[in-house]
Amino acid sequence: MRAELKNFQHEQHYFKLRLGFTGFVVLALFSGLALRFSYLQLNQYKHYQTLAENNRISLVPLVPNRGLILDKNGVILAHNFFVYTLEIIPSRVDDLEKTISEVSKLVEVSSLDRKRFNKLREESRNFESVPIRTHLNEAEAASFAVNHYRFPGVEIKSRLFRHYPLRKQGSHLVGYIGRINDKDLETLAINGDLSNYKGSDHVGKSGIEQFYERQLHGTTGFQQVEIDKDGRAVRVLSSTPPVPGSNLILTIDSKIQEIAETAFGEHRGALVAINPKTGEVLSYVSQPTFDPNLFVDGIDVENWRLLNDSLDKPLINRPIRGIYPPGSTFKPFVAMAGLENNKRVPPFSISDPGYFTLANSVHRYRDWKPSGHGMVDMQRAITISCDTFFYGLALELGIEKLTSFVSHFNFGRKTGIDIQGENGGLLPTPEWKMRRFKQPWYQGETVIVGIGQGYTLVTPLQLAQATATLANNGVAMKPHLVAKIQTAITNEVQTLPLVVQDTIPLKQENIDIVKQGMIAVTQPGGTAAGVGANAPYAIAAKTGTAQVIGIKQNAKYNASSINERHRDHALFIAYAPADDPTIAIAVIVENGNHGGTTAGPIARKVMDYYLLGKMPEPAQAKDDKKNPVKPPNNALGTVTTHPLPEEELHD
Amino acid sequence: MINKLLKRFFKHIDPFLMVCLFFTLLLGLFVLYSASGQSIERIYGQGINIVLALSFMWIAANIAPNQLERVALPLYVLGVLLLIAVALFGSISHGAQRWLNVGFTKIQPSEIMRIAMPMMLAWYFSKQEGKPKMVDFAIGGLLLLVPVALIMKQPDLGTSLLITASGFYILFLAGLSWKLMLGSAVVLAASTPILWSMLHDYQRKRVEILLDPTQDPLGAGYHTIQAIIAIGSGGTAGKGWLNGTQTQLEFLPERTTDFIFAVFGEEFGLLGNLLLLLLFTLIILRGLYIASQAQSTFGRLLAGSITLTFFTYAFVNMGMVSGILPVVGVPLPLISYGGTSMVTLCLSLGILMSINTHKKLVAT
Repeated sequence: MRAELKNFQHEQHYFKLRLGFTGFVVLALFSGLALRFSYLQLNQYKHYQTLAENNRISLVPLVPNRGLILDKNGVILAHNFFVYTLEIIPSRVDDLEKTISEVSKLVEVSSLDRKRFNKLREESRNFESVPIRTHLNEAEAASFAVNHYRFPGVEIKSRLFRHYPLRKQGSHLVGYIGRINDKDLETLAINGDLSNYKGSDHVGKSGIEQFYERQLHGTTGFQQVEIDKDGRAVRVLSSTPPVPGSNLILTIDSKIQEIAETAFGEHRGALVAINPKTGEVLSYVSQPTFDPNLFVDGIDVENWRLLNDSLDKPLINRPIRGIYPPGSTFKPFVAMAGLENNKRVPPFSISDPGYFTLANSVHRYRDWKPSGHGMVDMQRAITISCDTFFYGLALELGIEKLTSFVSHFNFGRKTGIDIQGENGGLLPTPEWKMRRFKQPWYQGETVIVGIGQGYTLVTPLQLAQATATLANNGVAMKPHLVAKIQTAITNEVQTLPLVVQDTIPLKQENIDIVKQGMIAVTQPGGTAAGVGANAPYAIAAKTGTAQVIGIKQNAKYNASSINERHRDHALFIAYAPADDPTIAIAVIVENGNHGGTTAGPIARKVMDYYLLGKMPEPAQAKDDKKNPVKPPNNALGTVTTHPLPEEELHD
Repeated sequence: MINKLLKRFFKHIDPFLMVCLFFTLLLGLFVLYSASGQSIERIYGQGINIVLALSFMWIAANIAPNQLERVALPLYVLGVLLLIAVALFGSISHGAQRWLNVGFTKIQPSEIMRIAMPMMLAWYFSKQEGKPKMVDFAIGGLLLLVPVALIMKQPDLGTSLLITASGFYILFLAGLSWKLMLGSAVVLAASTPILWSMLHDYQRKRVEILLDPTQDPLGAGYHTIQAIIAIGSGGTAGKGWLNGTQTQLEFLPERTTDFIFAVFGEEFGLLGNLLLLLLFTLIILRGLYIASQAQSTFGRLLAGSITLTFFTYAFVNMGMVSGILPVVGVPLPLISYGGTSMVTLCLSLGILMSINTHKKLVAT
């Protein structure tokens, strides 16, 4: 019994030792937990608090309404309206094909819609929703809404849609917006605008829409929303409203635009009209045009092919991207160069034999009139467009002096108009030629620059700007399309300041000589006498012709026998009223043959409306209807032309 | 008269444990209310669980340990048989075969084993004369491993872990030699690869994710990551009751059951956590005290095992929710929603009380 008790006590003692040990372990492990809690809740508190906030709070961008684009009289060129679109978030749909075919049982989805959807998917960001159908009507929207639960990842959105009510009119100047693609994202990132585009699907892609993207887009607002784990908004914590984009009021008069575009008829070409005193662009025509509405939510493949593959190149913005040899329209500026350099100052005159030769050469640079013009002074040389006179003048001036002077009229450099993608044209110099072709400059090349041929290339805008500068006696106003910006909310209208870009110091007597020569162009005996007929105001003008590449080297030019697309481009510059000009115009009609007969009448219609408010008479362009020339599929005709030094000129 | 009746009623209830239990359960109801999205139904449900559990506790407290000693073996045998039955005819839910359909209701035999195992081993060692010998520990180990293997097969990692722990504590308190334990530890470490191959894919994944929760932030690691964010963002004093964003916006998964501690940590902060830790510590220390004062070997071993198992529950749950232990599916004792664990735990606390209050009777 005693031993048993002793044994029991020993056992109990041993047990208590073990128990004590476990008690120690319990306290140690609990202390470990306490340390872990302190670490998480004291040391790492800030970190986890941030993570919890990130979990909980979502920033929902509030997309601002895009600003409107209006013409100078308030006619709407671009606006927004609400439409229902059916959109798919590809990342949330398992079987796209199946979903689309299921959806199409409820809402019509054409093959074009599908093609566009596939194209947009390739181009756009991963997480984005991509429209499968746009412009749903109420019935379609309702029938989908009822079945919405069957389609996770497919949503009906009511969103603002950009619309261009004038459709094809002025599409090159207004431009269009399109869905943001990866390249746009890069650009936005570089400009630091990315955060302002959270929630935006569209960005200006061309024209005014692109150039004034910042003003038009507005500032994105944000809503701080508390969300649950499924991303459902529980409540709004704070809200910063978006600031809508500004409205732009253009210098363009859509009526003039309409008249000018109609006047082109079936012709391809470009027209730019500028107010010389202000630099306001009154009309900006690129023919043919396209419907910018096609691009807004992604153009479908077929329409894209139609536009992109067309020989007429409707997508090219001709006024700033089309480069043409100026032909004889270059002569007034060569004339100014001569007079300002004290060359050919009246009463200097030449006797024109119908050709010009370089010393020590038998090669004849022929005048457009083989028999010659007889006695010609500076003023008459402009009026009758005497080639021989300008061959000699160019040679005597030399290429450096000639190009450096005319460059003041904005040839060879960009005008800085408010549209992106402007081409600067080309004023050739010996250095340029060496760089470009590794060849020396030949005197003969100087000779033909005198009549606007050779390497010289200009855009219709440059030509209009040069004409405006001349009309304004050498004061070059910066050409611009936007006159005023109307800020949203306050509706405050800010008029953009006029900018004097350059003032060329010209002697008044020299200006008078050139201007007189140009005024006589539209008078009987001038190269565009028809254009000036019955005009109640005086028009100063100059015609021109530019050859199109593609003519075989030794082929004789004969307009009637030649493929329509290989005919010469017709050029025409003018300003009016001649004594106090308020409009300066440059017109290029591709393959239009002669400037005075095809390009000139277009300019006259624009001037008549602008100066007199006179509407053009309907039913014209009989020529075009009589001889509709369909472009052959294998035609080489291109919009931009690369000049080759040609001797035979027609003007 | 009423006073006397009450005194009789509470005769076997340990006041110290009861007070701790009361505060812990109360705290648990508050947290549950918040975690369930202020669902009063959940509170009613848990209230019923608590009433049921306390009833079992009262019954257990009123059963003398020597009576328990008598049922230890039959209960264990029954449990093992039922486990075998589960393995053969059990119904499967959520990919695990844990339930046995006995006509009117479904029972989970592994829950019986939680009580039966420590009782069985405590009984076995109390029957040995003098110091237990090596062979006794071997038999004890076998008694432990057979049901554990069956439960592991179901698979139910959490329960098998807790039952293993409860059995091991008996072996340890019965005087399992340190050398043997050290040796086993070495053997266990060496056999880890074999054990690893025995684990189910989802169990392996849990272990892998534990080591690096970011491995699978949206899948298995999501639980741990969201729980840690909840606790960490609670800070010193917490976001306040019903104000935990992780909880209320449902970022926390299983927030009324296994992960309820994250709700606690988020809304009551470090101070709340330490308070809960303190309550648990008090219960455990009281349990250890009762074990030390127990007069029979059976009572001693059983009380020790019950107490240390309770500790294991608390430690494993808080450890897994705070991201230092694997997610094994162990509820937070007395707080997680659910009847089974509540009843099992209160029952074991009742046994603890019984061991404490019946000892004088044994002594006389």
